[in-house]
Amino acid sequence: MSDKHLSTQFDAELSGISTRVLEMGGLVESQVAQSIYALTNFSGETASQVLKQEENVNAMEVEIDRDLSTIIARRQPTARDLRLLIAVSKTIANLERVGDEAARIARTVQRVLNSGVSSRLRLPMSDLAFEADLAIAQLRKALDAFARLDTAKALEVLKQDDLIDREFDGLLRKLITYMMEDPRTISTSIDLVFVAKAIERVGDHAKNLAEVIIYIVKGTDVRHNPLEAVESMVR
Amino acid sequence: MSAPTITLPADSPPMKAESKALDFYYGNFKALKRVSMPVYEHKVTALIGPSGCGKSTFLRCFNRMHDLYPGNRYDGTIQLLPDAVNLLDPGVDPIEVRMRISMVFQKPNPFPKSIYENVAYGLRVRGEKSRTYLDDKVEAALKGAAIWEEVKDRLDEVATNLSGGQQQRLCIARALATDPEMLLFDEPTSALDPIATGSIEELINELKDKVSILIVTHNMQQAARVSDFVGYMYLGEMIEFGDTKEIFMKPKRRETEDYITGRFG
Repeated sequence: MSDKHLSTQFDAELSGISTRVLEMGGLVESQVAQSIYALTNFSGETASQVLKQEENVNAMEVEIDRDLSTIIARRQPTARDLRLLIAVSKTIANLERVGDEAARIARTVQRVLNSGVSSRLRLPMSDLAFEADLAIAQLRKALDAFARLDTAKALEVLKQDDLIDREFDGLLRKLITYMMEDPRTISTSIDLVFVAKAIERVGDHAKNLAEVIIYIVKGTDVRHNPLEAVESMVR
Repeated sequence: MSAPTITLPADSPPMKAESKALDFYYGNFKALKRVSMPVYEHKVTALIGPSGCGKSTFLRCFNRMHDLYPGNRYDGTIQLLPDAVNLLDPGVDPIEVRMRISMVFQKPNPFPKSIYENVAYGLRVRGEKSRTYLDDKVEAALKGAAIWEEVKDRLDEVATNLSGGQQQRLCIARALATDPEMLLFDEPTSALDPIATGSIEELINELKDKVSILIVTHNMQQAARVSDFVGYMYLGEMIEFGDTKEIFMKPKRRETEDYITGRFG
């Protein structure tokens, strides 16, 4: 897709908007990573930073959306240009929600800290960090695939979504065990269930992003299809 | 060039006409190369492509416009259905073809006559003399072209006094007066402002209940707005034909995509 439009300005607008989507992606990716750092290190300061970042992410979404409308109104894009712009619109909505999940984790951290939970309490923090690593890796891979319009990589993201889901189920079981063994952990464990769920949602958003990349390149809407069907559509 | 990519609709609506392996020559110059394409009944089919791609040449074959110049030669067929008559057969009278397949041109070209006489012209050529019959037909055609309300009180005025958009609708009324089965539009709005363009496009949408429409347009957005099917032509060949939604969202051929996304050249 290297070919240029007759209008170089249009090319500049399209690549500009893609670049900003990637910027926004980078921003929310670091937000998630920071929120997990705040959680595993009981850092209220980092949690506040995550919440502050959320404003930037929201502003970016609004700004990119506005530029999208302008491009559509002025250029009346068709075919792959139109697909790209529709995809951008969906992508930024997903990225904004990733930011929301990070903020949710950050707020949980603040609540847990305020409730005076000791860091000596036995909780499966490393498992949560592991689930988060998987989700962040998925998000990064999806953003990479977006940058290169790489459907093979997008497909990998779809294939690996299962890993996070399984990790989430495992965490849930583990947290229940903790709660049964030591009732003092119940309230914090419930908070952590929501954190685990938020991380799992980040993975889902990465998956949505991957599906959108396939739509841009192939023009096929692969949502709600079993993985095997998607694989044959991509080939 | 590789074979054209023709994607026929799954529900195969009835055809009004079909071009099969049509070659056309302006003297020694081969302007159309084995063009095959269906025109579906009560649908709008748009022909798009860069200047000189042969889309107007192809359109004009449908009512034998090329007959007027010596040295022009058709090879292949255009069948008008359901009677399967080959329009290009030298035995077929071009006047008869033009009664059944009318054409509207780029620039409004009313005759320097009254509004009434412009519309009645084709019927008079056919030999109609009854005033009441002509009155009825003229009124029906002007209504069909959505201009009746604007001109009913001044049918005797000279047509060239009308605005550009009105003149074009008058030309459509003139084309409709002979009850054609097909209407050909050769860039019908390129000389009109956006409002007049909008009313012509609206009209095209209404007319397809009565006739089958083939339209050549330089304006891709117009093709996207008004047509049900699109044929993309380049250098005298049909490159891709298919459902308008597919062509503008996900064309099968790279050449088509480059053209409609403005990457051509």
